[in-house]
Amino acid sequence: MNAAAPADGAADRLTGLVGALRSHGVRIGTGETVDAARAVAALGFADRDRLREGLAATLLHNPGQRRVFDPVFDVYFPRGVGGPDGGAPADREELRDRLTAALAANDQALLGQLAIEAVDGFGGYGGTAATDGWSSYQTLDRLRPQTLMVRVRDAVRAQGGAAGFTDRLLEDEVRRRIEVFRGQVATEARRRIAERRDRDEIARRAVAPTADRVDFLFAGRDRLAELRRAVQPLARKLATRLAARRRRARRGTIDLRRTLRGSLSTGGVPMRPVLRRRRPVRPELVLLCDVSGSVSGFSDFTMLLVQALRDEFSKVRVFAFVNRVDEVTGLIGPGAADPEGLSARIRAEAAITGWHGSSDYGVAFGEFAERYTGAVGSRTTVLVLGDARTNMSDPNLPAVRQLTRQARRFHWLNPEARSQWGTGDSAALAYAELVEMHECRNAQQLSALIGRLLPV
Amino acid sequence: MLFTSVDDVSARLADAGYLASPAVATTVFLADRLGKPLLVEGPAGVGKTELAKAVAEVAGARLVRLQCYEGVDESRALYEWNHAKQLLRITAGRDETWDETRTDIFSEEFLLPRPLLTAIRGDDPKVLLIDETDKADIEIEGLLLEVLSDFQVTVPELGTITATSRPFVVLTSNASRELSEALRRRCLFLHIGFPEEELERRIVGLKVPGLDEALTESVVRVVGALREMDLRKAPSVAETVDWARTLLALGASTLDENVVRDSLGVILKHQDDVLKAAAKLDLGAV
Repeated sequence: MNAAAPADGAADRLTGLVGALRSHGVRIGTGETVDAARAVAALGFADRDRLREGLAATLLHNPGQRRVFDPVFDVYFPRGVGGPDGGAPADREELRDRLTAALAANDQALLGQLAIEAVDGFGGYGGTAATDGWSSYQTLDRLRPQTLMVRVRDAVRAQGGAAGFTDRLLEDEVRRRIEVFRGQVATEARRRIAERRDRDEIARRAVAPTADRVDFLFAGRDRLAELRRAVQPLARKLATRLAARRRRARRGTIDLRRTLRGSLSTGGVPMRPVLRRRRPVRPELVLLCDVSGSVSGFSDFTMLLVQALRDEFSKVRVFAFVNRVDEVTGLIGPGAADPEGLSARIRAEAAITGWHGSSDYGVAFGEFAERYTGAVGSRTTVLVLGDARTNMSDPNLPAVRQLTRQARRFHWLNPEARSQWGTGDSAALAYAELVEMHECRNAQQLSALIGRLLPV
Repeated sequence: MLFTSVDDVSARLADAGYLASPAVATTVFLADRLGKPLLVEGPAGVGKTELAKAVAEVAGARLVRLQCYEGVDESRALYEWNHAKQLLRITAGRDETWDETRTDIFSEEFLLPRPLLTAIRGDDPKVLLIDETDKADIEIEGLLLEVLSDFQVTVPELGTITATSRPFVVLTSNASRELSEALRRRCLFLHIGFPEEELERRIVGLKVPGLDEALTESVVRVVGALREMDLRKAPSVAETVDWARTLLALGASTLDENVVRDSLGVILKHQDDVLKAAAKLDLGAV
């Protein structure tokens, strides 16, 4: 056996963990797996947190992967086996009292212990003796930790733990502690399920993917908030990428005429090639976004991202539409940015709906071509964001054709899977014949497209 | 081997004035044990560079630092020939044959070692710090790959120089550019985020000894609340320490609205952030 290989079974565990991580899109090579095994051998199994950190250090390559790694680790290297040791099933009120005390003291270890008891006492469903499953939802529903907020707050105040200025922070802190406890309950429930069923399957199915791989159309509120927080770093990264492309593009091609003329002094031998000089033009960008309910998460994120990149362009104008078009550039500007309320603000302050509330691409394009025709010139790149679902109305192809003729480049980013295009009321295929349409389902695809498509 | 166990790492780093979280201590121990470079990422001001300095101090090693910037190249990172001195040598030795001169001017005496070569040569223990790796161009990463995987450098005139004792390598990055996958694979990855409340209290206690405990706790809690606020630039550990120093200098004994309002500029660096934080903390008009 290999000298680095840890005790029997551990190697299987480790390769299982690696396999599960790979199925979530974390790229891990064999070399890293071997390193991880050496790390396990060096650290031993005595301290689980160290083992976790050691494996994370050897297997992961960027911080976003940690969100996937932690739950998967909990499934493959569980804290223990079976339920809590001995004792009668916990009484609900008594458990709530102990939970209140633990939350007030912010005792992480005790909270973890309580999560185990809670799932054991309230999470089981199916038959009593041989329980069929464990549910974190059911546990939390019966225990209702969120209703403990006031009691915990009063308990902390009674201990005199938060007098003076910091008292106003207390409620938020307690809320965060309760969130942590809910996470612990979910982890514990996953562990219990994994004991009964196939571990590999649980690791694959019950662990959420990283935020940049979540479909825009199905992302929940907290996922969208997470994406919004990622806008600034992502914009910085894209800006460096654009700057590099621009640097390369500046080195022009050889200007044959001037090279030959220069070569006269060296007897016709072109010693010094003359490059064609390129006039620096900062391109203009026009964003045309469908902000109707179905795709607003996608549009919001893209608008914020493009706005964060505005220094790279001479001019960025943003238009929003549902079935009417209005300019919203001012609403997204640097000072005004409160990313959370963006779509609500657009809906309140811009005239984007006419007679009805469902999106109509044809009318919107027609109105755009009519009212804002000056916004699109020979230096403009137009990006349309939307799913091209026109609710069965006329797609107004002539207006789009006119816009493509006016603009330098015209791209369409569609948050739907390519297989969905043209199904139902989607006019995507009709539009795709006129403009370049790209599938753009998650933040990963979006950043790749923006890095590639945006003009330099 | 610099360290015997994870506890040893924490204890010795603490002696050097660096309080390591369990994650940091474990990863440093592994980097030492597996002999791999350590890639440290995280927001500005959480002590990435400090970590390298502290490791160098406890290991009694020399710290060799390569500061990366846009346009750093082989002659800045690896080695360079001292051309001026070579010219002088050639003019000084007029009577020699060319062969003699040539072997002489490409010798150690005329070599200017830069950080990467310095870190590889010699027997004394060294810590190589490659700071802000993300600022360097993509070409330099290729060079790093070669140096960091085999710890050897080839100088055409001198031959291949292999490290006799491997340096402890720390690369830092602010993630302003995605480092290449190949480089990441060669390293252990460590993300240093903002510390837990308890650890941050200890850090403040260590760096600003004069501040009383209750005030330290309040400071750390307010900073924790600010980090939750989705600001443009969340305050880092460095800012917490600065703020604690400011409060000490102001002679504040407890936090109240006036003190926080007046000193908010120490922790928040954008006017938008100051306004937002003031609104959320009910400070009244700023």
